[in-house]
Amino acid sequence: MPEQIPTERVPTDQIPAAIQVVDLVRDYPRPRTSLLKPAPVVHALRGVSLEVKQGERFGIVGESGCGKSTLLRLIAALDRATSGQVIVEGTDITRLPERRLRSLRENLQLVFQDPMSSLDPRMRVRDIIAEPLVVQGHPASGARVRELLEAVGLSADAGDRYPHQFSGGQRQRISIARALAPRPRILVADEPVSALDVSVRAQVLNLISDLVDELNLTLVFVSHDLSVVKHVCDRVAVMNAGEIVETGSTGDVYAAPQHPYTQRLVSAIPTLQRALSGATTSDLLAKGDPA
Amino acid sequence: MSDVLSVRGLSVSVRDTALVSGVDLTVGAGERVGLIGESGSGKSLTALSILGLLPEDVRADGSVRLDGVDHELVGADERRMSRVRGRDIAMVFQEPMTALNPTMRIGDQLTEAMLIHKTLAKPAARAAAADLLDRVQLPAETLRAYPHQLSGGQRQRVVLALALANDPALLICDEPTTALDVTVQALVLDLIVRGVMDRSSALLFITHDLAVVATVCERVLVMYGGRVVEAGPVSEVFTRPRHRYTEGLLAASDLETTSRRLTTIPGNVPPAGRFPSGCVFRTRCANATALCEELPAWTGSETRGFACHHPAGDADA
Repeated sequence: MPEQIPTERVPTDQIPAAIQVVDLVRDYPRPRTSLLKPAPVVHALRGVSLEVKQGERFGIVGESGCGKSTLLRLIAALDRATSGQVIVEGTDITRLPERRLRSLRENLQLVFQDPMSSLDPRMRVRDIIAEPLVVQGHPASGARVRELLEAVGLSADAGDRYPHQFSGGQRQRISIARALAPRPRILVADEPVSALDVSVRAQVLNLISDLVDELNLTLVFVSHDLSVVKHVCDRVAVMNAGEIVETGSTGDVYAAPQHPYTQRLVSAIPTLQRALSGATTSDLLAKGDPA
Repeated sequence: MSDVLSVRGLSVSVRDTALVSGVDLTVGAGERVGLIGESGSGKSLTALSILGLLPEDVRADGSVRLDGVDHELVGADERRMSRVRGRDIAMVFQEPMTALNPTMRIGDQLTEAMLIHKTLAKPAARAAAADLLDRVQLPAETLRAYPHQLSGGQRQRVVLALALANDPALLICDEPTTALDVTVQALVLDLIVRGVMDRSSALLFITHDLAVVATVCERVLVMYGGRVVEAGPVSEVFTRPRHRYTEGLLAASDLETTSRRLTTIPGNVPPAGRFPSGCVFRTRCANATALCEELPAWTGSETRGFACHHPAGDADA
């Protein structure tokens, strides 16, 4: 595989956007706790704006509860925004009824974190992979399923088996094959390698990377692990408490974080290189405030 | 340096399936030793057999001795083990919610740990509980809180305070920060290291994260397929690995690489009982030959050695 893909450098502002998010807000009401006071509200997203260009590999990083999953759900139209807009490939999907989301359901596909709970345990793998095609009303041919299995590095007979007969890494390959079935243009991956062992994590990251290149996909990659995002993505948005605190090329954000939160996040990541050159656990804590 | 923990030829099996075979391991006073490996490598079972907490039908053989305890820990009855657990050996588990009693206030759980082992009388234990919480940077109000009122990181700090309550000779941590965010992980790791250093306790730290082990520990043991395949000081094992599995693991976790593709170890970790005979890694190893069908002998000393027929960094390899 090529180390660096020689792309003809079109000025970035001429590349059309795959996903635009404009001032997105999502509030979740909580159950009332008092007769006299109004119900408390959780502000999951407080005005998020971002733009993902076509063919870009875009990372979203943040810790649990920062709103990254809410943002993903809104981009995939699995949830309704309180205010703001989500525009996917030129179409404002924010307030479209489900029956008009068909093209989005084809063009944008998801890979989830836990490959056990996102695959139906009672369906054979070939039916799982063919399901997005059947739902969209496409003919689900055995040939297409075999082609997809091969693309994610599984043998053709894997189609006859059930999800529980596979290891975590293989199950994540099945999820990826299912996501690619309707030939999407945008692939959204929510912590796809967080549940995997180190040796398998590298395999799955390579697979995602290769497929994104081969199929010219736009990739939105969500993770709590900045070092994984740095490896996979060109650009990254760092989220904290429902807001994007920093956006930039992954190399820059990792090497010279500007926002105090990003600085704390980067310094907290243990790395082999730093540890071998003598860093201890107290070096992981940013100077000043402990989390 | 005297050895606090000394494990000799530890094997764990369920019915006819061997899960852990021939593990030798020593931890000296004040030493921090890491145990790394992927899921299914037997590292948690090793820890559980040291504490005598194996499930009913799982059997341990071999020898586990702890300095200051005059009996063998493998096969010791529950009455004797319960005196050792929580006093001489303490453990921090991955999931803090299941390690805490949901119906007891934090303060009561902390004092109970000291009262049960009669290390302190009640009023003194109360004061000690507040002090322990202060050491893990939790406010004194936490004493009156229930576990569900705390966040994951706060709960794990309470579990750590509980584990350190009786100044154990050995602290075992099994993936203590895997469920935590990185900034919280940084704090908990620092508290663990400071906790054992203050008490000169020995630490056995189990994780799958090489970077965490390198930051926390001085010495490391690499496990795969229920066997220790390599051992040595962190600085040596992670810069000049000898076993092919260690080499592959290091390459696969190197995300700093400038190339788009990561180096991988082919295949998957086999399920328990399906590891090959001979060298456990030979089905995934690029250097495997017919020789590897024989179990490789341990080369080197216990503190620095490996078990591989075709070690990395050799002229003939």
